[in-house]
Amino acid sequence: MSPKTLYDKIWDAHVAHEAEDGTCLLYIDRHLVHEVTSPQAFEGLRMSGRTVRAPDKTIAVPDHNVPTTADRVNGITNEESRIQVDALDTNAKEFGIHYYPVSDVRQGIVHIVGPEQGWTLPGMTVVCGDSHTATHGAFGSLAHGIGTSEVEHVLATQTLIQKKSKNMKVEITGKLKPGVTAKDITLSVIGRTGTAGGTGYVIEYCGEAIRDLSMEGRMTVCNMAIEGGARAGLIAPDETTFEYIKGRPHAPKGAQWEAAMDWWKTLYSDDDAHWDLVITIPAEEIEPVVTWGTSPEDVLPISATVPAPDSFKGGKVDAVRRAIEYMGLTPGQKLSDIEIDTVFIGSCTNGRIEDLRAAAAVLKGKKIKDGLRAMVVPGSGLVRAQAEEEGLADIFQEAGFEWRMAGCSMCLAMNPDQLSEGERCASTSNRNFEGRQGYKGRTHLVSPAMAAAAAVTGKLTDVREMM
Amino acid sequence: MEKFEKLTGVAAPMPLVNIDTDMIIPKVFLKTIKRSGLGVNLFDEMRYDRQGNEIPDFVLNKPQYREAEILVAGDNFGCGSSREHAPWAIKDFGIRCVISTSFADIFYNNCFKNGILPIVLPEEQRDILMKDAEKGSNARIEVDLESQTVTSSDGEVFHFEVDPFRKHCLLEGLDDIGLTLEKSASIDAFEAQAAQSRPWV
Repeated sequence: MSPKTLYDKIWDAHVAHEAEDGTCLLYIDRHLVHEVTSPQAFEGLRMSGRTVRAPDKTIAVPDHNVPTTADRVNGITNEESRIQVDALDTNAKEFGIHYYPVSDVRQGIVHIVGPEQGWTLPGMTVVCGDSHTATHGAFGSLAHGIGTSEVEHVLATQTLIQKKSKNMKVEITGKLKPGVTAKDITLSVIGRTGTAGGTGYVIEYCGEAIRDLSMEGRMTVCNMAIEGGARAGLIAPDETTFEYIKGRPHAPKGAQWEAAMDWWKTLYSDDDAHWDLVITIPAEEIEPVVTWGTSPEDVLPISATVPAPDSFKGGKVDAVRRAIEYMGLTPGQKLSDIEIDTVFIGSCTNGRIEDLRAAAAVLKGKKIKDGLRAMVVPGSGLVRAQAEEEGLADIFQEAGFEWRMAGCSMCLAMNPDQLSEGERCASTSNRNFEGRQGYKGRTHLVSPAMAAAAAVTGKLTDVREMM
Repeated sequence: MEKFEKLTGVAAPMPLVNIDTDMIIPKVFLKTIKRSGLGVNLFDEMRYDRQGNEIPDFVLNKPQYREAEILVAGDNFGCGSSREHAPWAIKDFGIRCVISTSFADIFYNNCFKNGILPIVLPEEQRDILMKDAEKGSNARIEVDLESQTVTSSDGEVFHFEVDPFRKHCLLEGLDDIGLTLEKSASIDAFEAQAAQSRPWV
């Protein structure tokens, strides 16, 4: 048998039909659904008299629109948001799919709830009408975002029409230096490859620094594979993965666990597998980083300065000029001199328990800078409960952070959590696009530890100075 | 789905690189539960000021581009979110074809589901068409999917690649779900086999 990559193996195990031109019907094991990209898909099913083929493999959670204030139990004030969440309620009931409503303690960001409940397992195909579906690749599952037409296609047929992507290996060799996290890895990779560098590829992340990461860290790395343009990011499952999964509500049990483990242990790239592209980065070259512009590729170590537009090439020159003006920065300015107004800790990138622990470790016994707005939005109700149990919530609140309910929140600002015009935010989310966190808002992407450090000093800060 | 065969029209130039789906259709317009009516909010934050007045400098507000049917764009068009509201807004505005050197994967897929043709060309050819587009309404670009060609206003012909299956679906206006359901027997067989080999799924 010819050697295969992990992606090849998962792909081969899911082809339900292959046409002569290589177009495949790929069988989908898990379909995650949220309220923003699904209403038109369910409506399409109704209009054509179709139904959900595999409701047992379909899991819905409202997350984008939900308020994160405690009064949300009284209902959603914004009418359009309420209509969207109500539509998901109705669709979940009507089509009989698994559902975690706002009132359920397990509700949260779909990409945090899926793994937490054991829906995401190695070797699976996982899709969702959301680009950050890449997160689930951390389990060695092939996971990617789809559009609403494809959501309808998966609901109706449990398959996707696909052609295979190319294989890219991103190897992070050696050990990370203190203060450097999974977020710094994933941003640094995008800094090198660019936001289109992964287009046409599925990336497998490997190497000692990746192996050393917890599942939470691996999810952070894979989450941003899409920001590098890749269809999906993958990490081969190992003991860390199995340990995380075991005992979760929807993980296999007993004899099924043993059978699953037999297969999961074969899910790795063979030594002599073919790679279309290999990128190797020594872990020791990775520093704590921040973004300075309006694309995730606009990333530099915190010790650097705002670059000059002329130092770029082609269309990027004008893009950088525009970005620097939008961000209100000056070329040559030290990144560590940039003052911020707001800190946001949360999102499917960094809203898990380990992220909150890392931020709390920096904040313990400290106060946030006077006048700063800072909020923590746990990724799920269960992350929130665990953080309260561990005393992290107290640390955040004593430092001056708001302690919110679970949801996507200020990562994309579809709910009331938004930046105002010109407001500048150190954010643990995944996109620094123009207007992403609010009209004319300014976003600097950072790790949770760096966000906490920025909250204390009121400016972008090298967390290593506070360790 | 609406067919795409041939198109001759005005092309609007948008040379900015990394035009993301947040720019194409900002999140405030994602709260709809319909597919239609998004064209008026296409590129909303670049196109209107806070009071809702048109920003005269923005390309689609200029008289010569108000009826544009083609967009010639900078590298990596459509990056970011998976929101299909982006192609819905583009189509609703009246644009049926986007030409760039590269597209983000999900956006590219979404276009084909909505009767929009995304065309990838090498940088030099895209740049020629960008200059063409900058000439305004006097320079009409011709796109022919059957022959896989783009013709500039000067008559220069560029060939482009497109996946044969997608081309077929776009030319015929075929519904993907209907096509897949014709293969239900294969899906049934796969499910039966997977229930044996991976029962925990």
